[in-house]
Amino acid sequence: MSKRAHISTTVNGDPVEFLTDPSATLLDVLRDELQLTGAKEGCGSGDCGACSVTLDGRLVCSCLVLAVETEGRRVETIEGMADGGELHPLQRKFLEHAALQCGFCTPGLLVSAKALLDANPDPTETEARYWLAGNLCRCTGYDKIIRAVMDAAAELRQARRVA
Amino acid sequence: MAQLDYVAPSTAEEAVRALAAGGPAKVLAGGTDLLVQMRSGRVKPDRIVDLKRIPGLIGIRQEAGGFVIGAATPGAVIGEHAALAKAWPGVVEAVNLIGSTQVQGRASLAGNLCNASPAADSVPAIIAARAIAVIIGPAGRREVPVEAIAVSPGTTSLGTDEFVLEIRLPPRPARSGDAYLRSIPRTEMDIAVVGAGVSLTLDAAGVITAADVALGAVAPTALLVPEAGAAIIGSALDEAALDRLDAAARAACRPISDKRGTAEFRTKIAGVLARRAATIAYQRASEA
Repeated sequence: MSKRAHISTTVNGDPVEFLTDPSATLLDVLRDELQLTGAKEGCGSGDCGACSVTLDGRLVCSCLVLAVETEGRRVETIEGMADGGELHPLQRKFLEHAALQCGFCTPGLLVSAKALLDANPDPTETEARYWLAGNLCRCTGYDKIIRAVMDAAAELRQARRVA
Repeated sequence: MAQLDYVAPSTAEEAVRALAAGGPAKVLAGGTDLLVQMRSGRVKPDRIVDLKRIPGLIGIRQEAGGFVIGAATPGAVIGEHAALAKAWPGVVEAVNLIGSTQVQGRASLAGNLCNASPAADSVPAIIAARAIAVIIGPAGRREVPVEAIAVSPGTTSLGTDEFVLEIRLPPRPARSGDAYLRSIPRTEMDIAVVGAGVSLTLDAAGVITAADVALGAVAPTALLVPEAGAAIIGSALDEAALDRLDAAARAACRPISDKRGTAEFRTKIAGVLARRAATIAYQRASEA
Protein backbone atom coordinates (compact mmCIF):
# COMPACT_ATOMS: atom_id res chain seq x y z
CA MET A 1 0.00 0.00 0.00
CA SER A 2 2.88 2.32 0.75
CA LYS A 3 4.29 4.28 -2.08
CA ARG A 4 6.83 7.01 -2.43
CA ALA A 5 4.95 10.28 -2.61
CA HIS A 6 5.73 12.93 -5.18
CA ILE A 7 5.79 16.30 -3.42
CA SER A 8 5.93 19.79 -4.91
CA THR A 9 6.82 22.53 -2.48
CA THR A 10 8.77 25.78 -2.21
CA VAL A 11 12.07 25.94 -0.37
CA ASN A 12 13.70 29.34 0.15
CA GLY A 13 11.60 30.76 -2.66
CA ASP A 14 12.52 28.08 -5.20
CA PRO A 15 10.04 25.48 -6.45
CA VAL A 16 11.27 22.04 -5.40
CA GLU A 17 10.03 18.54 -6.21
CA PHE A 18 11.05 15.35 -4.51
CA LEU A 19 10.01 11.74 -3.97
CA THR A 20 9.72 10.65 -0.39
CA ASP A 21 8.69 7.78 1.80
CA PRO A 22 5.63 8.96 3.78
CA SER A 23 7.41 8.31 7.06
CA ALA A 24 10.34 10.62 6.23
CA THR A 25 10.49 13.90 8.12
CA LEU A 26 11.03 17.27 6.50
CA LEU A 27 14.44 17.28 8.17
CA ASP A 28 15.33 13.95 6.51
CA VAL A 29 14.38 15.31 3.10
CA LEU A 30 16.09 18.68 3.54
CA ARG A 31 19.34 17.02 4.52
CA ASP A 32 19.39 13.80 2.51
CA GLU A 33 17.42 14.62 -0.65
CA LEU A 34 17.87 18.38 -1.09
CA GLN A 35 21.38 18.55 0.37
CA LEU A 36 20.38 21.44 2.62
CA THR A 37 22.38 20.36 5.64
CA GLY A 38 22.13 23.58 7.65
CA ALA A 39 19.25 22.27 9.74
CA LYS A 40 20.69 19.75 12.18
CA GLU A 41 19.27 16.72 13.90
CA GLY A 42 19.95 17.08 17.61
CA CYS A 43 17.23 15.17 19.45
CA GLY A 44 14.68 14.19 16.81
CA SER A 45 11.91 14.84 19.32
CA GLY A 46 11.31 18.60 19.17
CA ASP A 47 13.27 19.43 22.31
CA CYS A 48 16.46 21.01 20.99
CA GLY A 49 15.45 23.26 18.08
CA ALA A 50 18.57 22.52 16.00
CA CYS A 51 16.33 21.59 13.05
CA SER A 52 14.27 24.81 13.17
CA VAL A 53 12.79 26.02 9.87
CA THR A 54 9.69 27.99 9.01
CA LEU A 55 6.67 26.38 7.33
CA ASP A 56 4.31 28.91 5.75
CA GLY A 57 6.07 31.50 7.91
CA ARG A 58 5.58 29.58 11.19
CA LEU A 59 8.62 28.49 13.19
CA VAL A 60 8.62 24.68 13.53
CA CYS A 61 10.97 21.79 14.24
CA SER A 62 11.52 20.10 10.88
CA CYS A 63 12.02 16.77 12.72
CA LEU A 64 8.35 16.98 13.77
CA VAL A 65 7.00 17.60 10.27
CA LEU A 66 6.45 14.82 7.74
CA ALA A 67 7.95 15.73 4.38
CA VAL A 68 4.65 14.80 2.69
CA GLU A 69 2.91 17.53 4.69
CA THR A 70 4.83 20.21 2.81
CA GLU A 71 2.94 19.70 -0.47
CA GLY A 72 2.11 23.20 -1.75
CA ARG A 73 3.62 24.84 1.35
CA ARG A 74 6.46 27.30 1.76
CA VAL A 75 9.60 26.21 3.62
CA GLU A 76 12.37 28.60 4.66
CA THR A 77 15.69 27.29 5.98
CA ILE A 78 18.97 28.78 7.17
CA GLU A 79 20.29 28.46 3.60
CA GLY A 80 17.87 31.21 2.53
CA MET A 81 18.89 33.67 5.22
CA ALA A 82 21.91 35.41 3.73
CA ASP A 83 21.30 37.66 0.73
CA GLY A 84 23.73 36.15 -1.76
CA GLY A 85 27.17 36.79 -0.30
CA GLU A 86 25.89 39.23 2.28
CA LEU A 87 25.13 37.83 5.71
CA HIS A 88 21.87 38.67 7.43
CA PRO A 89 22.45 41.12 10.31
CA LEU A 90 21.70 38.31 12.78
CA GLN A 91 24.41 36.15 11.22
CA ARG A 92 26.85 39.05 11.33
CA LYS A 93 26.04 39.83 14.96
CA PHE A 94 26.46 36.17 15.95
CA LEU A 95 30.00 36.37 14.56
CA GLU A 96 30.75 39.75 16.15
CA HIS A 97 29.52 38.63 19.57
CA ALA A 98 31.10 35.17 19.29
CA ALA A 99 27.63 33.74 19.90
CA LEU A 100 28.68 30.25 18.88
CA GLN A 101 31.33 27.74 19.70
CA CYS A 102 30.72 24.31 18.18
CA GLY A 103 28.04 25.80 15.90
CA PHE A 104 25.65 22.86 15.92
CA CYS A 105 22.76 24.88 17.36
CA THR A 106 23.54 28.02 15.37
CA PRO A 107 21.41 27.47 12.24
CA GLY A 108 18.38 26.71 14.39
CA LEU A 109 19.01 29.67 16.65
CA LEU A 110 19.38 32.00 13.68
CA VAL A 111 16.17 30.78 12.07
CA SER A 112 14.33 31.13 15.41
CA ALA A 113 15.78 34.55 16.11
CA LYS A 114 14.80 35.76 12.63
CA ALA A 115 11.24 34.51 13.20
CA LEU A 116 11.22 36.45 16.47
CA LEU A 117 12.40 39.70 14.89
CA ASP A 118 10.00 39.29 11.96
CA ALA A 119 7.13 39.02 14.46
CA ASN A 120 8.45 41.46 17.07
CA PRO A 121 11.15 43.92 15.92
CA ASP A 122 11.64 45.29 19.44
CA PRO A 123 11.61 42.38 21.88
CA THR A 124 12.63 42.73 25.50
CA GLU A 125 15.47 40.49 26.62
CA THR A 126 12.94 38.38 28.54
CA GLU A 127 10.79 37.98 25.43
CA ALA A 128 13.84 36.96 23.41
CA ARG A 129 14.89 34.42 26.04
CA TYR A 130 11.43 32.84 26.19
CA TRP A 131 11.10 32.80 22.40
CA LEU A 132 14.45 31.01 22.10
CA ALA A 133 13.84 28.61 25.01
CA GLY A 134 13.29 25.78 22.52
CA ASN A 135 16.79 26.19 21.05
CA LEU A 136 19.32 24.43 23.22
CA CYS A 137 23.01 25.42 23.22
CA ARG A 138 25.49 23.47 25.30
CA CYS A 139 28.50 25.74 24.63
CA THR A 140 27.78 29.42 25.07
CA GLY A 141 25.64 29.69 28.16
CA TYR A 142 23.25 31.72 25.99
CA ASP A 143 24.38 35.17 27.09
CA LYS A 144 26.33 35.94 23.94
CA ILE A 145 23.46 34.65 21.82
CA ILE A 146 21.01 36.98 23.54
CA ARG A 147 23.40 39.92 23.16
CA ALA A 148 23.79 39.17 19.46
CA VAL A 149 20.03 38.95 18.96
CA MET A 150 19.34 42.18 20.85
CA ASP A 151 22.10 43.97 18.94
CA ALA A 152 20.81 42.70 15.59
CA ALA A 153 17.31 43.80 16.55
CA ALA A 154 18.57 47.30 17.31
CA GLU A 155 20.45 47.46 14.01
CA LEU A 156 17.44 46.26 12.04
CA ARG A 157 15.23 48.86 13.72
CA GLN A 158 17.78 51.55 12.89
CA ALA A 159 17.95 50.38 9.26
CA ARG A 160 14.16 50.47 9.06
CA ARG A 161 14.09 54.06 10.40
CA VAL A 162 16.68 55.19 7.85
CA ALA A 163 14.79 53.44 5.04
CA MET B 1 7.31 1.90 9.38
CA ALA B 2 8.37 1.28 5.79
CA GLN B 3 4.78 0.49 4.82
CA LEU B 4 3.28 3.71 6.15
CA ASP B 5 0.46 5.20 4.12
CA TYR B 6 -0.27 8.94 4.29
CA VAL B 7 -3.57 10.53 3.31
CA ALA B 8 -4.66 14.15 3.60
CA PRO B 9 -8.42 14.15 2.99
CA SER B 10 -10.31 17.33 2.20
CA THR B 11 -13.48 16.43 4.14
CA ALA B 12 -14.12 15.08 7.64
CA GLU B 13 -16.21 12.22 6.23
CA GLU B 14 -13.33 11.11 4.02
CA ALA B 15 -11.07 11.22 7.06
CA VAL B 16 -13.47 8.96 9.00
CA ARG B 17 -13.48 6.46 6.10
CA ALA B 18 -9.68 6.54 5.94
CA LEU B 19 -9.48 5.80 9.67
CA ALA B 20 -11.82 2.83 9.25
CA ALA B 21 -10.11 1.46 6.13
CA GLY B 22 -8.31 -1.33 8.00
CA GLY B 23 -5.05 -1.56 9.91
CA PRO B 24 -4.03 0.75 12.71
CA ALA B 25 -4.46 4.38 11.71
CA LYS B 26 -3.61 7.62 13.51
CA VAL B 27 -4.88 11.12 12.97
CA LEU B 28 -2.23 13.79 12.47
CA ALA B 29 -2.82 17.37 13.56
CA GLY B 30 0.36 19.15 14.72
CA GLY B 31 2.29 15.91 15.08
CA THR B 32 4.33 17.06 18.07
CA ASP B 33 3.29 14.00 20.06
CA LEU B 34 2.54 11.56 17.22
CA LEU B 35 5.86 11.86 15.40
CA VAL B 36 7.79 11.44 18.64
CA GLN B 37 5.73 8.35 19.52
CA MET B 38 6.23 6.87 16.05
CA ARG B 39 9.94 7.45 16.24
CA SER B 40 10.19 5.75 19.61
CA GLY B 41 8.13 2.82 18.34
CA ARG B 42 5.39 3.39 20.90
CA VAL B 43 2.81 3.70 18.13
CA LYS B 44 3.10 1.90 14.80
CA PRO B 45 0.32 3.08 12.50
CA ASP B 46 -0.16 1.68 9.01
CA ARG B 47 -1.85 4.88 7.97
CA ILE B 48 -1.57 8.55 8.87
CA VAL B 49 -4.70 10.65 8.30
CA ASP B 50 -3.63 14.29 8.17
CA LEU B 51 -6.53 16.54 9.23
CA LYS B 52 -4.98 19.85 8.23
CA ARG B 53 -6.40 19.98 4.68
CA ILE B 54 -9.99 19.75 5.94
CA PRO B 55 -11.60 23.21 5.80
CA GLY B 56 -12.17 24.65 9.28
CA LEU B 57 -9.78 22.29 11.06
CA ILE B 58 -7.28 25.14 11.35
CA GLY B 59 -8.90 28.32 12.57
CA ILE B 60 -11.05 29.93 15.24
CA ARG B 61 -14.55 31.23 14.71
CA GLN B 62 -17.09 32.94 16.94
CA GLU B 63 -20.41 31.18 16.95
CA ALA B 64 -23.53 31.61 19.10
CA GLY B 65 -21.61 33.80 21.52
CA GLY B 66 -18.86 31.24 22.05
CA PHE B 67 -15.69 30.19 20.24
CA VAL B 68 -15.07 27.19 18.02
CA ILE B 69 -11.45 26.09 17.72
CA GLY B 70 -10.64 23.75 14.83
CA ALA B 71 -8.95 20.57 16.04
CA ALA B 72 -5.66 21.18 14.21
CA THR B 73 -5.33 24.88 15.09
CA PRO B 74 -1.79 25.42 16.36
CA GLY B 75 -1.11 27.09 19.71
CA ALA B 76 0.53 30.07 18.01
CA VAL B 77 -2.71 30.84 16.14
CA ILE B 78 -4.71 30.50 19.36
CA GLY B 79 -2.29 32.86 21.13
CA GLU B 80 -2.66 35.50 18.42
CA HIS B 81 -6.47 35.59 18.57
CA ALA B 82 -7.23 38.79 20.49
CA ALA B 83 -10.96 38.18 21.06
CA LEU B 84 -10.35 34.67 22.33
CA ALA B 85 -7.57 35.86 24.64
CA LYS B 86 -9.89 38.54 26.02
CA ALA B 87 -12.77 36.14 26.67
CA TRP B 88 -10.70 33.14 27.83
CA PRO B 89 -7.28 34.38 28.99
CA GLY B 90 -6.72 31.29 31.14
CA VAL B 91 -7.35 28.90 28.25
CA VAL B 92 -5.00 30.84 25.97
CA GLU B 93 -2.28 31.01 28.63
CA ALA B 94 -2.56 27.28 29.21
CA VAL B 95 -2.31 26.47 25.50
CA ASN B 96 0.70 28.75 25.14
CA LEU B 97 2.52 26.95 27.97
CA ILE B 98 2.78 23.81 25.81
CA GLY B 99 6.37 23.38 24.65
CA SER B 100 8.58 25.82 22.81
CA THR B 101 7.87 28.46 20.15
CA GLN B 102 8.55 25.72 17.58
CA VAL B 103 6.07 23.36 19.23
CA GLN B 104 3.51 26.20 19.39
CA GLY B 105 3.83 26.48 15.61
CA ARG B 106 2.31 23.00 15.27
CA ALA B 107 0.82 21.62 18.50
CA SER B 108 -2.97 21.81 18.72
CA LEU B 109 -5.47 22.04 21.55
CA ALA B 110 -7.32 18.90 20.41
CA GLY B 111 -4.02 17.06 20.09
CA ASN B 112 -3.05 18.02 23.62
CA LEU B 113 -6.45 16.72 24.76
CA CYS B 114 -6.34 13.46 22.78
CA ASN B 115 -2.74 12.65 23.70
CA ALA B 116 -4.38 12.04 27.08
CA SER B 117 -1.43 12.98 29.24
CA PRO B 118 -2.58 13.66 32.81
CA ALA B 119 -0.15 16.61 32.81
CA ALA B 120 -1.37 18.24 29.57
CA ASP B 121 -1.34 21.98 30.23
CA SER B 122 -4.36 23.01 28.21
CA VAL B 123 -6.69 20.36 29.57
CA PRO B 124 -7.46 21.66 33.11
CA ALA B 125 -8.11 25.08 31.58
CA ILE B 126 -10.61 23.80 29.01
CA ILE B 127 -12.26 21.52 31.55
CA ALA B 128 -12.74 24.50 33.88
CA ALA B 129 -14.10 26.41 30.86
CA ARG B 130 -16.69 23.62 30.42
CA ALA B 131 -15.55 23.15 26.85
CA ILE B 132 -17.19 20.61 24.56
CA ALA B 133 -15.37 18.36 22.11
CA VAL B 134 -17.24 17.72 18.87
CA ILE B 135 -16.38 14.20 17.72
CA ILE B 136 -17.03 12.80 14.28
CA GLY B 137 -17.22 9.12 13.36
CA PRO B 138 -19.08 6.71 11.10
CA ALA B 139 -22.35 7.38 12.96
CA GLY B 140 -22.02 11.15 12.55
CA ARG B 141 -21.24 13.77 15.14
CA ARG B 142 -21.51 13.65 18.91
CA GLU B 143 -20.59 16.15 21.58
CA VAL B 144 -18.91 15.31 24.87
CA PRO B 145 -17.49 17.41 27.69
CA VAL B 146 -13.71 17.55 27.27
CA GLU B 147 -13.16 15.82 30.63
CA ALA B 148 -14.75 12.69 29.13
CA ILE B 149 -12.06 12.32 26.42
CA ALA B 150 -9.12 10.94 28.42
CA VAL B 151 -9.83 7.72 30.33
CA SER B 152 -6.30 6.87 31.47
CA PRO B 153 -2.78 8.04 30.58
CA GLY B 154 -2.45 7.82 26.79
CA THR B 155 -5.96 6.37 26.27
CA THR B 156 -9.12 8.15 25.13
CA SER B 157 -12.80 7.28 24.94
CA LEU B 158 -12.77 7.79 21.16
CA GLY B 159 -13.41 4.89 18.81
CA THR B 160 -10.58 4.01 16.41
CA ASP B 161 -12.59 5.52 13.56
CA GLU B 162 -13.50 8.73 15.40
CA PHE B 163 -11.64 11.97 15.84
CA VAL B 164 -12.18 15.36 17.45
CA LEU B 165 -13.33 17.87 14.87
CA GLU B 166 -13.39 20.97 17.04
CA ILE B 167 -13.41 22.28 20.60
CA ARG B 168 -16.26 24.60 21.59
CA LEU B 169 -15.90 27.18 24.34
CA PRO B 170 -19.27 28.36 25.67
CA PRO B 171 -20.57 31.95 25.65
CA ARG B 172 -19.09 34.06 28.42
CA PRO B 173 -21.47 35.83 30.82
CA ALA B 174 -20.56 39.33 32.01
CA ARG B 175 -18.11 39.48 34.94
CA SER B 176 -16.43 36.18 34.11
CA GLY B 177 -12.74 35.30 34.30
CA ASP B 178 -10.47 32.29 34.10
CA ALA B 179 -6.87 31.41 34.87
CA TYR B 180 -4.48 28.48 34.62
CA LEU B 181 -1.33 27.98 36.65
CA ARG B 182 1.15 25.14 36.64
CA SER B 183 4.09 24.26 38.81
CA ILE B 184 7.34 23.25 37.14
CA PRO B 185 10.86 23.30 38.58
CA ARG B 186 11.96 25.98 36.09
CA THR B 187 10.24 28.70 34.09
CA GLU B 188 9.85 27.18 30.61
CA MET B 189 9.98 23.94 28.62
CA ASP B 190 8.88 21.47 31.25
CA ILE B 191 5.99 19.16 32.14
CA ALA B 192 3.52 20.22 34.81
CA VAL B 193 4.06 18.77 38.27
CA VAL B 194 0.59 20.10 39.04
CA GLY B 195 -1.75 22.29 36.98
CA ALA B 196 -4.88 24.12 38.10
CA GLY B 197 -7.54 25.82 36.02
CA VAL B 198 -10.32 27.97 37.45
CA SER B 199 -13.20 29.70 35.67
CA LEU B 200 -15.77 31.77 37.53
CA THR B 201 -18.55 34.33 37.15
CA LEU B 202 -19.50 37.11 39.59
CA ASP B 203 -22.68 39.04 40.25
CA ALA B 204 -22.68 42.84 40.38
CA ALA B 205 -21.76 42.75 44.08
CA GLY B 206 -18.70 40.58 43.45
CA VAL B 207 -20.22 37.36 44.77
CA ILE B 208 -19.26 34.22 42.83
CA THR B 209 -22.33 32.76 41.11
CA ALA B 210 -20.59 30.00 39.13
CA ALA B 211 -17.18 28.38 39.50
CA ASP B 212 -15.44 25.44 37.90
CA VAL B 213 -12.10 24.08 39.06
CA ALA B 214 -9.98 21.47 37.29
CA LEU B 215 -6.66 19.92 38.27
CA GLY B 216 -3.92 18.32 36.16
CA ALA B 217 -1.13 15.84 36.98
CA VAL B 218 -2.69 14.74 40.27
CA ALA B 219 -4.63 11.72 38.95
CA PRO B 220 -4.55 9.40 35.88
CA THR B 221 -6.54 12.03 33.97
CA ALA B 222 -7.12 15.74 34.44
CA LEU B 223 -10.00 16.15 36.91
CA LEU B 224 -13.04 18.35 37.12
CA VAL B 225 -13.46 18.97 40.85
CA PRO B 226 -17.08 20.03 41.46
CA GLU B 227 -16.53 20.21 45.24
CA ALA B 228 -13.81 22.80 44.69
CA GLY B 229 -16.07 24.95 42.54
CA ALA B 230 -18.90 24.61 45.06
CA ALA B 231 -16.53 25.66 47.85
CA ILE B 232 -16.32 29.22 46.53
CA ILE B 233 -19.79 29.76 45.01
CA GLY B 234 -21.70 32.31 47.09
CA SER B 235 -18.51 33.90 48.41
CA ALA B 236 -16.51 36.95 47.41
CA LEU B 237 -13.41 34.74 47.55
CA ASP B 238 -12.55 35.69 51.12
CA GLU B 239 -9.93 33.79 53.08
CA ALA B 240 -12.43 31.23 54.40
CA ALA B 241 -13.60 30.46 50.85
CA LEU B 242 -10.00 30.05 49.71
CA ASP B 243 -9.37 27.65 52.58
CA ARG B 244 -12.41 25.59 51.55
CA LEU B 245 -11.21 25.62 47.93
CA ASP B 246 -7.73 24.54 48.99
CA ALA B 247 -9.11 21.65 51.06
CA ALA B 248 -11.50 20.49 48.32
CA ALA B 249 -8.73 20.56 45.71
CA ARG B 250 -6.41 18.54 47.94
CA ALA B 251 -9.16 16.04 48.72
CA ALA B 252 -9.62 15.31 45.00
CA CYS B 253 -5.95 14.45 44.40
CA ARG B 254 -4.91 10.87 43.68
CA PRO B 255 -1.37 11.54 42.48
CA ILE B 256 1.60 9.28 41.89
CA SER B 257 5.05 9.92 43.29
CA ASP B 258 7.72 10.22 40.61
CA LYS B 259 10.90 12.13 39.86
CA ARG B 260 8.87 15.34 39.40
CA GLY B 261 7.37 15.26 42.85
CA THR B 262 5.97 13.10 45.60
CA ALA B 263 2.25 12.48 45.99
CA GLU B 264 2.31 14.53 49.18
CA PHE B 265 4.01 17.47 47.45
CA ARG B 266 1.62 17.35 44.49
CA THR B 267 -1.39 17.33 46.80
CA LYS B 268 -0.14 20.33 48.75
CA ILE B 269 0.69 22.26 45.56
CA ALA B 270 -2.72 21.47 44.02
CA GLY B 271 -4.38 23.37 46.87
CA VAL B 272 -1.97 26.29 46.55
CA LEU B 273 -2.36 26.58 42.77
CA ALA B 274 -6.15 26.34 42.99
CA ARG B 275 -6.13 29.28 45.43
CA ARG B 276 -3.82 31.35 43.25
CA ALA B 277 -5.63 30.56 40.00
CA ALA B 278 -8.97 31.40 41.63
CA THR B 279 -7.56 34.71 42.85
CA ILE B 280 -6.40 35.63 39.34
CA ALA B 281 -9.69 34.49 37.79
CA TYR B 282 -11.60 36.56 40.36
CA GLN B 283 -9.52 39.64 39.58
CA ARG B 284 -10.12 39.17 35.86
CA ALA B 285 -13.84 38.69 36.39
CA SER B 286 -13.96 41.91 38.43
CA GLU B 287 -12.40 43.78 35.53
CA ALA B 288 -14.37 42.04 32.76
